[in-house]
Amino acid sequence: MSIPAEIARRSSPLAAVRKVRMRDYPVIPLAILGIVTLVAIFANQLAPHNPEVGILTARFKPPFWQHGGSTEYLLGTDQLGRDVLSRLIFGARISMVVGFTAVIFAGALGTFLGILSGYLGGWVDQVVMRLTDTWLALPALTFAIFLAAIVGPSMWNIVIILGVTYWTRYARVIRGEVLALKEREFVRLAIVAGCSKWTIMRHHILPNVINSAIVLGSLMLGVVIIAEATLSFLGVGVPPPQPAWGLMLSDGKQGLMVGYWWLTVFPGLGIMLLVLSANLLGDWLRVKLDPQLRQL
Amino acid sequence: MTVIEAAGLTKHFSARRGVFVGKPGTVRAVDGVSFAIGNGTTLGIVGESGCGKTTTAKLVLGLEEPTSGSICFEGRDLRQLDAAGRRRYRKSVQAVFQDPYASLNPRMRISAIIAEPLITNEKVTAGQARHRVDELLELVGLPAHAADLFPHEFSGGQRQRIAIARALALSPKLVVLDEPVSALDVSIRAQILNLLRDLQAQLGLSYLFIAHDLAAVAHMSHTIAVMYLGKIVEMGEARALARAPKHPYTEALFSAALPSHPDERREEVLLPGEVPSPIEPPSGCRFHPRCPRAFTRCAGEVPALRNLEGRLVACHLYDAAETDPAPLPLMAAQIMRT
Repeated sequence: MSIPAEIARRSSPLAAVRKVRMRDYPVIPLAILGIVTLVAIFANQLAPHNPEVGILTARFKPPFWQHGGSTEYLLGTDQLGRDVLSRLIFGARISMVVGFTAVIFAGALGTFLGILSGYLGGWVDQVVMRLTDTWLALPALTFAIFLAAIVGPSMWNIVIILGVTYWTRYARVIRGEVLALKEREFVRLAIVAGCSKWTIMRHHILPNVINSAIVLGSLMLGVVIIAEATLSFLGVGVPPPQPAWGLMLSDGKQGLMVGYWWLTVFPGLGIMLLVLSANLLGDWLRVKLDPQLRQL
Repeated sequence: MTVIEAAGLTKHFSARRGVFVGKPGTVRAVDGVSFAIGNGTTLGIVGESGCGKTTTAKLVLGLEEPTSGSICFEGRDLRQLDAAGRRRYRKSVQAVFQDPYASLNPRMRISAIIAEPLITNEKVTAGQARHRVDELLELVGLPAHAADLFPHEFSGGQRQRIAIARALALSPKLVVLDEPVSALDVSIRAQILNLLRDLQAQLGLSYLFIAHDLAAVAHMSHTIAVMYLGKIVEMGEARALARAPKHPYTEALFSAALPSHPDERREEVLLPGEVPSPIEPPSGCRFHPRCPRAFTRCAGEVPALRNLEGRLVACHLYDAAETDPAPLPLMAAQIMRT
């Protein structure tokens, strides 16, 4: 009797939908990332106010549904009378731009050094690996703060700092992949065919590690976004008056004690949802694309 | 005319054992191996895993540098070749490896895989390269549209055909076949072996054929060399050697192969034990601890390869016969001519 029931349950249309939705695509993370991306791209069209200029007479207005709020400022205003929603929208742009470019920069640097280290071996390997050991021994965020203090705050400096801080994970993972790859027969055959080391690295090694680099990149996206928010929160990240989410948190934290909760809750939610989505998407990609990385 | 001649080829790897344990050992992967391969002929090398077959192949391909001994290509020592000579050597010697799933880059199209040796070594236009790819695909019996596909779209046998096409792209003189059919289904093996034989007849190729499948080696080779723990123990004309092995190891090896007919009964020679570690090979004849016919002398004295009725055998059993240890490469060449 239990068998027909089982079949019925499995073949019900609802079960099929649930299976596809839940197992094959991380719908919610993809939707959140998609929305944030669109918001970042069309920030100029979407934002109702200038995010950097406020009206001082309209300070600390609460969101529209609370007493004293108005639909003019949907999510209220901050201590300088700037619209929180507009700052949130432009903040999404900063988070996405910094996140993606820093991940790409770290990925390019780490993948390049990982391939060199793994394929050439010898002293190159020693130098790169000792360098990553040193890097990993330093607490990443402290190191980033240190660098930011040296080069001074600006959005593109943050990109470079985060890239320089987080390339080591790529180098490690990619080197491991290359070590396995270079023993494969097609690499040996390329040597027999007379290919130069450079050609082998470019045509035979790189295309075969790019999958892992992408998976790692999606996992790093969340880490980098939260690192940017942290730096901005600490005042060594994106300089004011640019509306980075971390900066909004930092500016709003004093207001928390006197009930201005909307200054911190909205950017906090934004960071949380974005990082969570990036991580969930990364996890899914890892399982989907690269079974070898499951242990990472 | 010999294409390639190896004399006293030796490759040792240093094996570091623990940090605290003893002296570093040396793996004698290949130990004083000599052979010659004539134009348009096949030398088959057989032996158990770990006997040094693959290391020999790597030495010939230049993937490893020999510890000592020499390889001569068309009469000239490889170590004395200048850059142009080395390039010519590399173009003349290509390889097909065992695993067709690992020997094709999964991210390259078949046309790029086959044309790679050509593009790397010669100045050709895209059109010329493409023309050559089509020619080669036809030669190995694959349809022309295969050029635009990726390796995962082919079966093991087809992949091995692609690997062969690639190896032939530069019109080499010698192709090293390192277990080219071991990873394939039995039903496909014969097809690939016959293709290789046809190509040899058609293009005058020489093969260094490495396998542990004795039937395949006997089918393919003009000469067979049997290796045990890094040394050649017997070498001679393929059919004679397969029919009447002289060295006890060859005997055991061939009796272990399946007969071609199920009713056929032959004498079974069973070897006790495992292949000993090449770090500490047995004294004297390396085969003596497992040899059913060993006697006292075998443990103390290394048998030399001796000419025995047109065959080279390294065994004390045949010491009584009037033989002289001759300079090996010379004799190897002599055997090739007969």
